[in-house]
Amino acid sequence: MNASAVVTGLGVTAPNGLGVRDYWNATLAGKSGIGPLTHFDAASYPARLAGEINGFTAEEHLPSRLMPQTDRVTRLSLVAADWALADARVRPAELPAFDLGVITASSAGGFEFSQRELKNLWSRGGQYVSAYQSFAWFYAVNTGQISIRNGMRGPSGVVVTDQAGGLDAVAQARRQIRKGTSLMLAGGVDALLCSWGWVGLHAGGRLSTADEPTHAYLPFDDRADGHVPGEGGALLTLEAADAARARGARVYGEIAGYAATFDGRETGLRRAVELALADAKTPPGDVDVVFADAAAEADLDGVEAYTLVTVFGPHGVPVTAPKTMTGRLYAGAAALDLSTAFLALEDGLIPPTVHVEPADRHGLDLVVSQPRAARLRTALILARGHDGFNSAMVVRS
Amino acid sequence: MSHTTFTFDDLKRILLEGSGVPEGADLDADIHDTQFADIGYDSLALLETVGRVEREYGIDLESVLGDATTPRAFVDVVRAQLPVQAA
Repeated sequence: MNASAVVTGLGVTAPNGLGVRDYWNATLAGKSGIGPLTHFDAASYPARLAGEINGFTAEEHLPSRLMPQTDRVTRLSLVAADWALADARVRPAELPAFDLGVITASSAGGFEFSQRELKNLWSRGGQYVSAYQSFAWFYAVNTGQISIRNGMRGPSGVVVTDQAGGLDAVAQARRQIRKGTSLMLAGGVDALLCSWGWVGLHAGGRLSTADEPTHAYLPFDDRADGHVPGEGGALLTLEAADAARARGARVYGEIAGYAATFDGRETGLRRAVELALADAKTPPGDVDVVFADAAAEADLDGVEAYTLVTVFGPHGVPVTAPKTMTGRLYAGAAALDLSTAFLALEDGLIPPTVHVEPADRHGLDLVVSQPRAARLRTALILARGHDGFNSAMVVRS
Repeated sequence: MSHTTFTFDDLKRILLEGSGVPEGADLDADIHDTQFADIGYDSLALLETVGRVEREYGIDLESVLGDATTPRAFVDVVRAQLPVQAA
């Protein structure tokens, strides 16, 4: 069976917008969610800017039973899942439980929860550690909680491939749809903006130490000097194309192609792009826009730009990085880019890369400052994870 | 600790603090003899509740809780562990 997998619902929690409409309006307006960290006092850390989600009150969306047992990342995931299902006009309770699955990506699990409970352990003793620590920290917890809340008991799992995860999770969901599951929730959300998570992010390096939000995350710019971390991400409702059509669902578009590679002696990004295009049976000339990984480090930007110039030619395709408005969301990033790509296809508007003056040497047609109107049918989304993960996905309206 | 009583309301308060209200559950209804699982509290919620009661009341419940699967049974077990009140 080789059913085509289509996206019928989007659920977005992003630093510059909660919900698809808020997020898309902010993104088209070039509104950035990057600012000084407020979740904790970051004054003594080298990096002090982040893409925080403010104004999210979990209690307004979720029952109190879930509060003591969930980290912020799980609350954001549960709400994004609710929104993705509502956007698709799907009520899981009305469908066969084993025909619905959940695949999420995660790069860290529930860090803030764990920080609190580890503090309890070392300052007060083991009897003060929450019983819910047993799963609240765990990479797979978002998938598990979404599955339980919505009674989705079909093929489920988690992928941990850093920032490539958002695409890898959706690709895994596509595999399950091809094997016969009729509906999957897939994507990723990360939330690491507590002091313990912040230390971990510093250990990974690559963080911008700028204090001015407009100078902090500048991919493909000669001033590029690391990225700003953000929190949030997106979940998408995927369905078999026939089933979606049969129930009259609104279809954003199709997951047309995908490939993942790993860096070896040479970088694997170009191979990922070529394999994804081949999987989609799409020649490079048919790609209307590229959503870049946009690492904002000279060497990594160089690899990505070189890849795009090699495959598409110099200035051969419009490229954008709306994540300059959210910071890098790790497992959430590519799921959000994927959602953004579908919104762009729908409106015929390429959202901008903000604050960046593209370096000529990269040879990219980077869409900066303003949205660009264009006939859009096919988009390519790129995502790279720490230490060698490369994923590429082709979507078509 | 100096607590010498443990009531159904104490249990309810600790359940709320540690595990919240299950969706669709009414803790104000007569649930004294309802199984915790039927109220919406799973084994982990009970573990969390036991831990909180032990901390607050300075008692050990692990070895004595046995088949206390309803609020009434739970309250009885806790009461039996509390120091006898001076007359």
